[in-house]
Amino acid sequence: MQKLLLLGAEAIAQGAIDGGMSGVYAYPGTPSTEITEYVQDPELARQRNIRSQWSANEKTAMEAALGMSYSGKRAMVCMKHVGLNVAADAFMNSAITGINGGLLITVADDPSMHSSQNEQDSRYYGKFAQIPILEPSNQQEAYDMAYFGFRLSEELEVPVMLRITTRLSHSRTGIVRKEEQPQNELTLPKDLKQFILLPSLARKRYKKLVEARPKFEESSAQSAYNRFFDGPDKSLGIIACGIAYNYLMEHYPNGCDYPVMKICQYPMPRNKIKEFEEKVDELLVLEEGYPMIEELLAGYFRKGKSVHGRLDGTLPRIGELNPDIVGEALGFEVPEEEEVPEIVAPRPPSLCVGCGHRDAYSALNVALKEYGDGHVFADIGCYTLGALPPYEAINSCVDMGASITMAKGAADAGLHPSVAVIGDSTFTHSGMTGLLDAVAENTPITIIISDNLTTAMTGGQPSEAENRLENICEGIGVDPEHIRVVVPHHKNHDLMVEMMKEEFEYKGVSVIIPRRECIQTLARKKRNKVAGKRV
Amino acid sequence: MKKDIIISGVGGQGILSISAIIGMAALEAGLNIKQSEVHGMSQRGGDVQANLRISSDTIYSDLISHKSADLILSVEPMEALRYIPFLSPDGWIVTNITPYKNIPDYPDEEALFAELKKHKNHVLVDADRIAKECGTARAGNIVMLGAAAPFLDIPYDMLEFGIKKIFGCKGEDIVNINLKAFKAGMEVSEQVLAGK
Ligand SMILES: Cc1ncc(C[n+]2csc(CCOP(=O)(O)OP(=O)(O)O)c2C)c(N)n1
Repeated sequence: MQKLLLLGAEAIAQGAIDGGMSGVYAYPGTPSTEITEYVQDPELARQRNIRSQWSANEKTAMEAALGMSYSGKRAMVCMKHVGLNVAADAFMNSAITGINGGLLITVADDPSMHSSQNEQDSRYYGKFAQIPILEPSNQQEAYDMAYFGFRLSEELEVPVMLRITTRLSHSRTGIVRKEEQPQNELTLPKDLKQFILLPSLARKRYKKLVEARPKFEESSAQSAYNRFFDGPDKSLGIIACGIAYNYLMEHYPNGCDYPVMKICQYPMPRNKIKEFEEKVDELLVLEEGYPMIEELLAGYFRKGKSVHGRLDGTLPRIGELNPDIVGEALGFEVPEEEEVPEIVAPRPPSLCVGCGHRDAYSALNVALKEYGDGHVFADIGCYTLGALPPYEAINSCVDMGASITMAKGAADAGLHPSVAVIGDSTFTHSGMTGLLDAVAENTPITIIISDNLTTAMTGGQPSEAENRLENICEGIGVDPEHIRVVVPHHKNHDLMVEMMKEEFEYKGVSVIIPRRECIQTLARKKRNKVAGKRV
Repeated sequence: MKKDIIISGVGGQGILSISAIIGMAALEAGLNIKQSEVHGMSQRGGDVQANLRISSDTIYSDLISHKSADLILSVEPMEALRYIPFLSPDGWIVTNITPYKNIPDYPDEEALFAELKKHKNHVLVDADRIAKECGTARAGNIVMLGAAAPFLDIPYDMLEFGIKKIFGCKGEDIVNINLKAFKAGMEVSEQVLAGK
C-alpha cells in the first residue's frame, strides 16, 4: 500500500478518521494543533462529514467530545499539555461517567518547553483519572493507536488518553493506512443515568472504575504495544516508554544487548514488569517527561534492586531526551561536544514587522511612562513577545486568562494603574469570566484586548472572538463609554496614548481594543486569493 | 544508504518546503525517512531547523545525534554555523551566502565567511542571484535544494518528481523555472566537488 508522508500529529488525525471518528473538538496549542487542522482540510472534511470545531477552550472541547460519546459516536478531543489543566474538571469526571461511543483524549506534551510555560507530564493526569494511556513510540504506532483507540475505549468503557510529545508530533514519516471503519450510529447510553454524577450514582460509577483496574492491566499485558525483547546481558534491564524506545534502539539497530521492556500502554502490566525485574540485576527507566515510572519502581526507600533514571542522575532530571543523552546513560562513548561558534548571534523570535501588537506596545510604554515600571499583566499569545526588547513592556505571563484576574488582584492590593494585555482568542478562551469578576466589583483596571482577528501564535486558526468582542464586554457589564476601539497603527500613536491615559484614570473597568488583522493571516488570504483558492 | 541532514534558516524562509521535497523524493525512491520540524514559537523570525533522516534501513530516532550529520543545508549563512555541533567530521556545509539581518548584532560578514571556510567541506552558493537569473527571486530555496542534491544519494528523477509535485498546481511555467533553479544549484556543487 502507498505510504502517506505525515507528521505524527497528522497520523493521529488520519488514524482517528479511518478508525470511525465522527467528531473532533480542540483548542489550538503547540504541539497538538496539526491534528485538528488535518481533519479540517477542506477536501477531507467535505468527503467525510466529520464534525470539527476549534472550541472556545479545552474544557468546552472536552465536554463537547463527551457529549458526542454519550450519543454513541466516536469522538476525539485534542489539546496541549497545559490545556488539560483547563479541561481537568471535565476530564477527571469523564473517567467516572465512562463513555458510550469511543472517546480519545489526545494530549501533546512539550518537554524542554519549546513553546510552552512548563513541561508537565500528562501521564500523571491519566494515572490520576485512573484511565488507560497510550503513548506511541513512533508515528506509525500513533496512527494505529488512534485507529484502534476508539475500540479500546469502547471495550474498557472508559475514555482513553493518547499522550504524545513534541518530537513525535512534529516529525514526518511514511505511514501505512488501514481499512476505513464506518462511523457509529446515534445510540443513547443503555443506562440513561450513566452520566449523572449525583453522589449516590457517582459512588457506584467510581467503584466500577476502580474495580476495572485489573481489566486495564490485563489489556496492557496483552497489548501489542507493550513488548518484551530478550537480550544476552542480564546485568541491566531497560524499561523504555514511548518515544524513549527509539532513542534506545538508535544505539542498537540490530537488537539491544540488554533485555528491554517497551511500554506504550498504561497502566503498566504489573505481572510482566515483575517477571522482567526478576530476570535482571538492575533496571534503567527511559521515559520522556517526569520520572513517573522510575519513582514507582524505585519506591520511596529504594530498597529493591537499583533503579536508574532521571532521579538518580543517570539521566538529566529535566528536559527532553535525545539519542545523545540516552547513549551516555548506556555508557556509549559520546563524542566530545563541539561548541556553536562564538560568532553566531542569538536570533530570538520577535513580533512580525507590521504587527498591530507592536503599535499597541509602543503606545502603552509611552502612556505608562509617568507611572513607572511594573504595571502590566500580560497573557499568552504572540503579544507575549512584548516581554523581549525592544518593548520589555510586560510583567507577567502565567496561564491563559490570568492577565485580567491578576490585574484585578493587584488593583485590589492598591496598584494603580493596573493594566491587563490579552489577545482576542485568549480573551474568549478564559478572559471573559475574569472580566465578570472585575465588573462585579467595578475594579479600576484597564484591559487591552489586542485584537488581530485570529489565533496567531499557533498559526492563525479562526478566533471565536471575531465580531463579538464589544458585545461580549458590554454584555458582561462594562460601561459602553469605556469600551474603546482603535486601529493600532503608527499614525494613531498619539491617539492611543491619550486613550490609554484617560482610561488609566477612570475608576472602573475599562476595555481598549486595538484592532487590526494579523499580517500573516492577511498575507495568506491574499496569496490564496491569487491562487484562486477558497480561504 | 543512510543520510542525516540538518536544514536551517530563519522562520519564514521556507525551509520546510525544501524538506518536504526531499522527503517526498526519498519516499518515492523507496527509502525510509524521518523529518523532524520546528513549529510554533520559533517561527516568528527566529532560527528554525529541520532534522531530515533518510535510510534504506529502519530509522529509530527522530533527532540527529551530535557530530553525525552528513550535511548542513542552510538558506542563511549564520544559521549554518548554529548547527556545527551536529556536523560529522567529514560532513558538508552547503549554504546560501545572503545574510538575513533581522537582529541588531548580526556578525561581521567577513568574519562569518572566514568561520564557514574553516570547515574543509563547504559549498557557498549565491542562491538569490542564481534564482533571479532563472526567472524568480523566490526560487532561492530550490537553488539550495539543487546544491544539496549531489550529497543526497537520491536519484535525480525522484527529486524532479518532488519538485513537480510541490509546484505542479502552480502551472508549467513555475515548474520549469524551479527545475532550472534546481539544476543551476546542482552545478555549483558539482563544480566544487570536481575541484576537490
Ligand atoms: C491552556 C492553553 N491552551 C493553549 C495554549 C496555546 N496558545 C498559546 S497562545 C495561543 C493563542 C493566543 O491567541 P490570541 O490570544 O488571539 O493572541 P495572538 O497570538 O493572536 O496574538 C494559544 C492557542 C496555551 N498556552 N495554554
